[in-house]
Amino acid sequence: MVATETVNRRGAKWFAALRTPVGGFAASLLLVVIALAVLAPILWHDKAFEIDTEAIAQRPSAAHWLGTDALGHDILFRVLVATRLSVLLAVLATVIGVVTGLVLGTLPSLLPRPAARLVTSAVNIAVAFPGLLLVLFCSVIFGVGTYGAVLAVGFALAPAFARLAQTLSASVAGQDFVSAARISGVGRIRLLVRHILPNVGEPLVVNATIGAGASLLAFSGLSFLGIGVQAPDYDWGRLLGEGLDGIYVNPAAALAPGVAVVLAGLAFNLVGETVAGVIGVRAGVRKLAPRPASPARESSGRADDVVLVVENLQVAFPSQAGLTVPVRGVSFTVRAGEAIGVVGESGSGKSLTGLAVSRLVEAPAAVTADRLEFAGKPLLTTPERDLRGLLGTSLAMVFQDPMTSFNPTRRIGRQLAEVAEQHQGLPRAKAFERAVDRLRTVRIPAAERRARQYPHEFSGGMRQRAMIGMGLMGDPKLIIADEPTTALDVTVQRQLLRLLARTRTERDTAIILISHDIAVVSQTCERMLVMYAGRVVEDLPSAGTPRHPYTKALLAATLDLGTDRDAPLAVIPGRPPEPDRVPTGCAFADRCPAVTDRCRLEDPVLECVEPGHRVACWHPSETSFSPSAKKTVTAGGAE
Amino acid sequence: MAVEVAPAGWRGSPWLSFAVRRFGRFAVSLWVLITTAFLMIQLIPGDPVRAALGLTAPVELVNARRAALGLDDPLWLQYVHYLGGLITGDFGTSMNSGQPVAEVIGDRLPATLQLALPAFAVVIAVAIPLGLLFAVLTRGGRRRGGELAFTSTTVLLAAVPEFLLAVALVAFFAVQLGWFPVAGSEGAGSLVLPVIALALGPASVLARIVRVETLSVLGNDFIRTARAKRLPARLVYLRHALPNALTATLTMGGLMLTGMVAGTVLVENVFAWPGLGSTIAQSILQKDYPLVQGIVLVYGIGVLLVNLTVDVLLAVLDPRSTIREN
Repeated sequence: MVATETVNRRGAKWFAALRTPVGGFAASLLLVVIALAVLAPILWHDKAFEIDTEAIAQRPSAAHWLGTDALGHDILFRVLVATRLSVLLAVLATVIGVVTGLVLGTLPSLLPRPAARLVTSAVNIAVAFPGLLLVLFCSVIFGVGTYGAVLAVGFALAPAFARLAQTLSASVAGQDFVSAARISGVGRIRLLVRHILPNVGEPLVVNATIGAGASLLAFSGLSFLGIGVQAPDYDWGRLLGEGLDGIYVNPAAALAPGVAVVLAGLAFNLVGETVAGVIGVRAGVRKLAPRPASPARESSGRADDVVLVVENLQVAFPSQAGLTVPVRGVSFTVRAGEAIGVVGESGSGKSLTGLAVSRLVEAPAAVTADRLEFAGKPLLTTPERDLRGLLGTSLAMVFQDPMTSFNPTRRIGRQLAEVAEQHQGLPRAKAFERAVDRLRTVRIPAAERRARQYPHEFSGGMRQRAMIGMGLMGDPKLIIADEPTTALDVTVQRQLLRLLARTRTERDTAIILISHDIAVVSQTCERMLVMYAGRVVEDLPSAGTPRHPYTKALLAATLDLGTDRDAPLAVIPGRPPEPDRVPTGCAFADRCPAVTDRCRLEDPVLECVEPGHRVACWHPSETSFSPSAKKTVTAGGAE
Repeated sequence: MAVEVAPAGWRGSPWLSFAVRRFGRFAVSLWVLITTAFLMIQLIPGDPVRAALGLTAPVELVNARRAALGLDDPLWLQYVHYLGGLITGDFGTSMNSGQPVAEVIGDRLPATLQLALPAFAVVIAVAIPLGLLFAVLTRGGRRRGGELAFTSTTVLLAAVPEFLLAVALVAFFAVQLGWFPVAGSEGAGSLVLPVIALALGPASVLARIVRVETLSVLGNDFIRTARAKRLPARLVYLRHALPNALTATLTMGGLMLTGMVAGTVLVENVFAWPGLGSTIAQSILQKDYPLVQGIVLVYGIGVLLVNLTVDVLLAVLDPRSTIREN
């Protein structure tokens, strides 16, 4: 039932892995090796022992394709026949290693605590030593010769497998079904045999396959040193050692067994690796196709104090479906000292718009726009080198997650100072001084000391303020803050917004505040852009009355102290469309209470309804958000 | 360095506690290593002296040798003598030559280091720039062809064990072309082939690790921050990506670098290099156990020192790691 099904699925996974080019190659190579191991001694045993007294230690010839050794044996046949012993010994050693490792690795879960700790730490110490040293150590104990070498290689593999079994069973043991079995009183051994081992089996087999490749190499190393297989028996390692003695006469005698070892080792290794790696199959990337511009554009205002002009901005990613366009024609302008909020649900394209505007979107994504100008400079046509100074000093970014936005290996002060060193040519010490000053500006206490600390020594709110401080190192005309307060608690959030507002009034810096929280935006900004499915659907003054049904829904979904706590929580039913599946017509149509046939056929254009207020809706004034919809609770609501 | 980095005491001194903890672990591992080396001779089935001297050796000689080695003493006394000997630099006496083991090691160790250290340097000098370069070139799915070439070359080179590579190098560059000596340790030219044989495999593995680690670091938020500062690409990669990639690289690469210590054994045998590696192989064959014991100890200490160095470097490179361990 369930078990067989799982086995089938696993079988299918192995099969799928072996059908990839590399997997197929590896599997066929392994088949050849196994076939040779079985057949070669039957077919060519006599020829390999035949002594040709006419040709002793000769170079390759028609009679002996790879030449002969010092006794007149044919090298080619000896290499072929040696396949069986070489592979057999490697597999034997691997089996010993896996079994011993499994015992050592699962023992800690059965033993009382002190004994378990002893086993675990012994394994940990042994793992730190390279395999070959363990092999040499073991072969001293087990003695020189074939059996000693098998035991030595096997036991040398054991610690690695013990560690693997430990890690695997620890991860399985933490899962719910094991806890459930434990709680229901299943004994330790039964737990191990019935629940843990079957689940670690697959990775163990994969690693054993890789391990067989490793022990093949280790074994040939031992035989090469003369510690492994002894005459008159021979494996590849021994042939190699003998061949090396006569390398001046016949290099092929040393190279042929070497190639055999590498190929056989590779066969085991690759089969294991391809199966191991089959989970991470990557999707292919299609070519980018040009996309026609959409007509939504804003009536541009005066040009004198304009900081940023964006017209018909698009961002496209190559995807499995061909092309995904998460930002589909966004237009707006920002004036000096203006604070604009960009709101929308996650996936509406607001963050990507911020990144595209600041030229931080990297290939393979493609940014296009009819116009994209910052401080009078066209951003898409000017080469990056010429923009670096301008953007580095005049455009500041504040990102969402303060915990990850600083480099953990550099001191905060140095990370700030970089800006001044790079763009304003300040020497190290002066730049650091300025960094300390800016940290003080953003109210970091004991700035001098703090500047010498690493990010992990800062709290989240302090890091976010330091990030703003980093933006103030230059003379910013625009700060783009992408969800700067989302990761912070409410009091810290308020401090941060106040800091942004102060910066704005003191330096006449424009601010773009990207947020999913319409309440935060309406408090901080005088104008907001509401984005939905990669478009601006409404551009309105924060104090104005919203016209678009989506904006109204967003507002209805916010809570404040006046919210009626007995009424059901307001949410917007449905989910926004996926960026690669945006419908024709209005993207909001499916969730809109006022939807008509026209909405499903024609995409509304962003148009002025009154000065300073633009809406993209076919029914901008007639709609109201229906209260009945509020009852539906879905995951897609505005957070 | 360590003192300067410590923050002004508001969390105790993470550096001191790190040092105490790490050196404690080193001491425990060293003790385990010494004890294991001591027990090795006890674990050999039968009489090691009889095994070494052969079946035909007279009983009196065997008994005399046993007495000289102290093998007839109770185990604990042998252990005490062994530890005491180590402290005074006495590693025992070779059964075959009668030479003190410490003297043999003193003779042979420099030759092994002469191979291992340059190989180590080559690995670092090749792998880190190469891995970083290919990470930058192939980031975000760019240059699939370059990625394929890099990955398949490094996989292939890493799959060839060092002693086979050594044989191939000898066959081609020494026998066919005659550019370098086939074996021996005469002159700088004799270093070239063994060092390449030792370094190529580990360099390939490390370059791959560096690339993968760098790629994952490049996806981090702080790289976006660095780009938002409009630093030149060179600084973004060298100053912000590389140090963070190195911490993970070191953790994984440490184990591989200790493997190079062992790799010298086989490579020395291919080139008849007069180092510890060819000595240990001979002494295992000749059942010269005190000598084997001494050399195993030296290799083991080498591995422990590499691990220690890696951990200390990690702590310097990534200040969080000292705290994370608590």
